[in-house]
Amino acid sequence: MKKHLLAASAALALAAAFAVPASAQDNTIACLITKTDTNPFFVKMKEGAAAKAEELGIELKSFAGKIDGDHETQVQAIETCIADGAKGILLTASDTSSIVSSVQQARDAGMLVIALDTPLDPIDAADATFATDNFKAGELIGQWAAATLGDEAANAKIAMLDLAVSQPTVGVLRDQGFLQGFGIDLGDPNKWGDETDPRIVGHDVTSGNEEGGRKAMENLLATDPMINVVYTINEPAAAGAYEALKAIGRENDVLIVSVDGGCPGVRNVAEGIIGATSQQYPLLMASKGIEAIAQFAKDGTKPQPTEGKDFFDTGVALVTDKPADGVPSISVKEGMDLCWG
Amino acid sequence: MADSIGKGQDFEAALAHTPAQVAEFEDHTDSLISRLQHALHQTPSLVPLIVLLMSILIFGLLLGSKFFSPFALTLILQQVQIVGIVAAAQSLVILTAGIDLSVGAIMVLSSVVMGQFAFRYGLPPGIAVFCGLVCGTLCGFINGFLVARVKLPPFIVTLGMWQIVLATNFLYSANETIRAQDIEAQAPLLQFFGNKINIGGAIFTFGVIFMILLVLVLAYVLRHTAWGRHVYAVGDDPEAAELSGVNVKRTLISVYMLSGLICAFAGWALIGRIGSVSPTSGQLANIESITAVVIGGISLFGGRGSVLGTLFGALIVGVFTLGLRLLGADAQWTYLLIGVLIIAAVAVDQWIRKVSA
Repeated sequence: MKKHLLAASAALALAAAFAVPASAQDNTIACLITKTDTNPFFVKMKEGAAAKAEELGIELKSFAGKIDGDHETQVQAIETCIADGAKGILLTASDTSSIVSSVQQARDAGMLVIALDTPLDPIDAADATFATDNFKAGELIGQWAAATLGDEAANAKIAMLDLAVSQPTVGVLRDQGFLQGFGIDLGDPNKWGDETDPRIVGHDVTSGNEEGGRKAMENLLATDPMINVVYTINEPAAAGAYEALKAIGRENDVLIVSVDGGCPGVRNVAEGIIGATSQQYPLLMASKGIEAIAQFAKDGTKPQPTEGKDFFDTGVALVTDKPADGVPSISVKEGMDLCWG
Repeated sequence: MADSIGKGQDFEAALAHTPAQVAEFEDHTDSLISRLQHALHQTPSLVPLIVLLMSILIFGLLLGSKFFSPFALTLILQQVQIVGIVAAAQSLVILTAGIDLSVGAIMVLSSVVMGQFAFRYGLPPGIAVFCGLVCGTLCGFINGFLVARVKLPPFIVTLGMWQIVLATNFLYSANETIRAQDIEAQAPLLQFFGNKINIGGAIFTFGVIFMILLVLVLAYVLRHTAWGRHVYAVGDDPEAAELSGVNVKRTLISVYMLSGLICAFAGWALIGRIGSVSPTSGQLANIESITAVVIGGISLFGGRGSVLGTLFGALIVGVFTLGLRLLGADAQWTYLLIGVLIIAAVAVDQWIRKVSA
């Protein structure tokens, strides 16, 4: 027993030695808190933040929830950062409204809090938000799909493969953006499913993965086997939808569009499995965030939102090798250079 | 019985005039309800079968040929194949009065091992698949060892393993998806269970056929082999089983290992179903499998129920899901009704139990 104790305390001491940085100077500390450590999107975000922090001589501390939705761990991380005397926090919140009180504590402690990718609820609970314009991302693929179909767009049969029944903001924005881009009346733009346009065959949810994508596509194909346009919330869902179409031999006459710009997704665009995808830039979000914290540490200036928007737009680009008239896009090759995951 | 006794040895001749009837559970009350109760008690898979047929009938009437076509009905089979296979594994564990919360994680890890071994290390697909199956069995062995030898509660063991296996899955795979097209080109064996047979519009994938065969084989093994009876005995009363000569520990370990192996097969079937190897799939498979088992009439207290019922349970969920979607109902209604079904299933289970009380 004693031996165990001894070993345990030795291990603890060792861990403590590693945890405390050798050079305890007056470094500017920045915190990065993501939803998980495993999603390639956040992995890329961490890479971007680490590289920029290194360049600017900032000490970066990264935290992440254990699973998507792990709010508790994120609150703990914020408290740790406050205790640590960090200058700023880059936060991808799991629970956008519940985290607000913790964020307020951090701001009261004189820290700059920037929401990355996911806006807080309300959005001004953070000092700034660096994110993809998800509505714009959807709009681009909607415009591309409509332009690619040409006159046939009037008779399209559209399947909408969304994220989750709880209608999280990111899913709603992409969905509604797509419909607007395609030229469909939205109804209430804050929720999907209330549109009356007969071209929409139906909405189903995918959880944003292959399995869900396939099942949702099968369900909608059972409703109407002649679907010819498929909107997908992200590229894994698109890959699943493609499998469902392949199973009934319709993989070549259906247009699939998606959002994300991950490397497997962009490769799928290259092979014509996905017609076009809107690419977002996690690396850029994170490096811009670190720059903003450095600036804030230096002279106290806070980042300004992009003109006309309530957040700082980190940009989005349509990736396709079949550009459509009037819809700006980049080639698959350019997309490959910028992809993540 | 009386005949064979009559032809027996001489000292049994005295038995010839005794009542020939063997002791049995007699049904003294003749009311319809109690007869029904008795029948249900004898055949535990009867309730889910009736519910399944009724729900098919109702959706068939409401939706007509859209639902009642070979295509749609076999589509349900395809949609439940993964859950069905995992639920078969879950059934075995629950029959021993245990529970396995790690089934989905083991499934995903096995599929990731198959994919990464084939692509990262360039092993021949056959060997990669074999390694995936070994991986699943090994996870099952650890579960079984901790439950049987270390005597930890199954709930705790598999709760821990769920997280350990899932974390291993994410760390090992770096959450990278292997694309369907790459698998198709370089290791089509991984998609083996995605192959299909088309019979007049009815589409049976190899995964569906595997699920049905697996359930039939398990049903036979559980009913007609010594090992199968031991599984029931261990679930019903481990001490009594021990006293009557069943090696309880070995039976438990074998059950968890077999469960792990079946989950690995589910992982292989998963690749066939979604085409790609995706570390984020199957996150809810543990809950969905328990749902199928419970609706299928297997008692969570162990020792009672049939694996056929589990298949019906999974199919009921599938019929509801597709039927309600075709009716245009919001997806939330599916969850609501499945919740009602779970509670109803356990209520029926308790009601049937009264027959033996």
